[in-house]
Amino acid sequence: MERLLFGDNQFFGVNHMSEEKARTQMMRFQELTAVIDVLDNAYDEGVTSFMCTTHDRIAMVCDHMRSNPQRYKDFQFLPCMPYAHKYANAVTEDGMVGALKRFLPEEGIVNAALRGGMSLARKDIEGITTLLVDAEMKMFAGLNTPVIFLQNVVVDLLLGLDFKAAFRIFADHIKSRYNAEPGFITMNMPKLLDALEEVGIENPIVCSNINKIGFRMCGGFEAYERALDEKKFRAIAMSVFASGAVPAREAIEWVCKQPNIQAIVFGASSKTNIRNTKLLVEEFWRLN
Amino acid sequence: MVRLGVVGLGKMGLSHYAMINAHPDVKVEAICDSTGYVLDVLSKYTGVRTYTDFDVMLRDIELDAIIIATPSRSHGRMVEAALNENLHVFCEKPFCLDIAEGEKLARIATEKALVNQVGYHNRFVGAFQEVKRLLEAEAIGAVTHVLAEAYGPVVLKPKGSTWRTQRTEGGGCLYDYAAHPINLVNWFLGAPQSVGGSVLNKIFSRDTEDEVFSTLYYDGGKSAQISVNWSDESYRKMTTKVTLWGTQGRIYADRQECQVYIRDDLAVPAGYQRGWNVRYTTDLTEAVWFYLRGEEYSAQLDYFVRCIEARANDNVNSFEEAVMTDRVMAMMIADAEKRPSVTSGIAPRQAPGKKFGLLFGGRKAVS
Repeated sequence: MERLLFGDNQFFGVNHMSEEKARTQMMRFQELTAVIDVLDNAYDEGVTSFMCTTHDRIAMVCDHMRSNPQRYKDFQFLPCMPYAHKYANAVTEDGMVGALKRFLPEEGIVNAALRGGMSLARKDIEGITTLLVDAEMKMFAGLNTPVIFLQNVVVDLLLGLDFKAAFRIFADHIKSRYNAEPGFITMNMPKLLDALEEVGIENPIVCSNINKIGFRMCGGFEAYERALDEKKFRAIAMSVFASGAVPAREAIEWVCKQPNIQAIVFGASSKTNIRNTKLLVEEFWRLN
Repeated sequence: MVRLGVVGLGKMGLSHYAMINAHPDVKVEAICDSTGYVLDVLSKYTGVRTYTDFDVMLRDIELDAIIIATPSRSHGRMVEAALNENLHVFCEKPFCLDIAEGEKLARIATEKALVNQVGYHNRFVGAFQEVKRLLEAEAIGAVTHVLAEAYGPVVLKPKGSTWRTQRTEGGGCLYDYAAHPINLVNWFLGAPQSVGGSVLNKIFSRDTEDEVFSTLYYDGGKSAQISVNWSDESYRKMTTKVTLWGTQGRIYADRQECQVYIRDDLAVPAGYQRGWNVRYTTDLTEAVWFYLRGEEYSAQLDYFVRCIEARANDNVNSFEEAVMTDRVMAMMIADAEKRPSVTSGIAPRQAPGKKFGLLFGGRKAVS
C-alpha cells in the first residue's frame, strides 16, 4: 500500500464544513474531464492510489483508465463500497427486501441469480453479501484493486448491531475472489479493532479519522492513541485536517508523528494543493 | 444498566438499534418487528431475542425503556401500551397523526413522570443548537421572519409505493421531510397562531405530496415560511436549513455551519463580533460514544438514556413538543384542502378575449 492515498470526496460534493463549498465542487466536477485532470495531477505527482466510492461516476473513471493502459499502468483503485445513498434511497422506495432484490444481479449468470434468490430465501447473509460485493466490483473489472474497503456506514452499522460475522464474510470473499486485501472504514476505530480481533481478522487495514483535534474519533482521543500504540493493525488516517479546522502543516506534522500509521488519505482539487500536501508529508515522513 | 427494547426495524429502527446497542449503559433485551425477514437474519447472526408481536414482547420481557420506530399510524397504540407498563419511551417522528391521541399520551407520560422523547434529531445538531443559544441571547434582536427549508432526492420518478409514500401511514413529504423544518420553527418561535397559503403538491407520487409550502403566522406580525421538496435531485441527501431575520441581524444555519450577521455591537454575545461570524460543525459538535450517521442521532439517544438514569423530566423533544409539530401539520393539511381563495382579495384580471373555464362560468350562471 502506498503511503499517500488520494480520496474522492471533493468530486461528489462531500464537504463536512460547508454546503456552499460542496455545491461549488459539484459544479466544478460535473464534467468527467475535470475529475480526470485532477487525477492526472495526482498521478503525475506520484500519488497513484485512488481511494474511491463505488459511485456511478467512478465507473466512467474506470472506463477512462481502461482505455489508456499505458498512461495509467501504475494507477491503483482502492474501491470503497457500497455507495450508501443509492441503497438508502432504494429502501425508501422499495422497502428493505425490495431494495436488496434491486441490487442483486438481475440476469445473465443463472448461477448468480439462483445464488441470490436462494440466499434471500434462506436468510443466508454470506450469499447476499458476496453477490452485492460482486455487483459493486463489476466496474473495476481488469483494473488493479489491491485493497477493497467496506464503507463506514455499513461497517459501523454492523458493529453496532454486533453483526461481526459479516466482517469475516467480507474479508474472506475479498481475499479469495479478488486476491486483494480487505479494508474497513470506521468512525469507531477502537471498538472495531476489538470486533475484528474477535472474528480472527489479523492485522487488518482500518481507515478512520485521525486528527489533532479528535474530530469524529469516537471512543475518544485517548482510546485512539492507545490503539495506535498497542494494537496490531494497519492504520490509514483520514480527515487529518479535520475538515479544514487544523492548518495543513500542523495537521500533517502531528499525524506523521503518531505510531503505526501506514497511510494518509487526503482530498484536493488543485495541483498546488496536491503538491503541497505531498511535500509536507515528505518533510515529516519518508515516503517509500 | 437500562434494559431496553426496540420495535420497528426499518431504516430508522435499525440505525437506532445499532447505536443504542453500542451504548455502554444500555442492554438491548429484545427487538420486535411485524415482518420476520430482518428479524430472522439478526437473530441468526447475533443471537438477539426477537418478537413479531409487540404485546407479547411487553408481557414476556422486563424492560425499563423502549424505542418505537414503527410507521406513525401505530404509534398511538404502542406508546400507550408502553406507558401503561411504566416504560420510558423514545418514539420516532412524526409522533401521532391524531392530535387528540397525541395530547392524551403526552398527559399520561407527564403524570407518570416517564421520560418521553421524539426523534427530531435536528435539535441535537450543533449548528441549530447554536441558533437557539443566539436567539436566547437576543443576538439578532427581535426576530421578524424565519425561512425553514428542507430538500432532498427521495421520490424522483412515478414509481414505488411503501408506507413512506402514504400519508395515512405517516409517510409523504409533509410528515417525512417538512416535519423537521416545522419542528425547528416551533423550537425557535413556539406555536404559530395560524397558517395560510399552504400548498401540498404532488410531483411524482400517486398517493401523497412531494412538495410543501406554507406560511406560519405569529403574534405581532412575526411569520415563518416553510419550503420543502423531497423530489429535488440537485441535493445529494436531505438538507435542512433555516434563515432568521431579526431587527439586529440575520442567522443562516444548516447541519454544517452557522453564519451570523450582527448589526449592532451593543449586545454581541461572547465569541462573536459585529458583522459576519461563521461557526463550523467541527467547533459546534460534541463528541459521541458511537458514530453511525451523524452525531445528532447518537446524541439524541444518549440524552434519552441520561434522562432515564437521572430520573430527570427535562425532556428535549417531549411528546408535548412533538404534538405541537403534529398540530401545525394538521393545520397545514386543512389549509391546503381549502384551496387558494382567489376571489377574496383582488380579483385576478381577466385576459382580453379569453373565456374562463367551467368553474367561473358555472358561478356566473348561479349568481
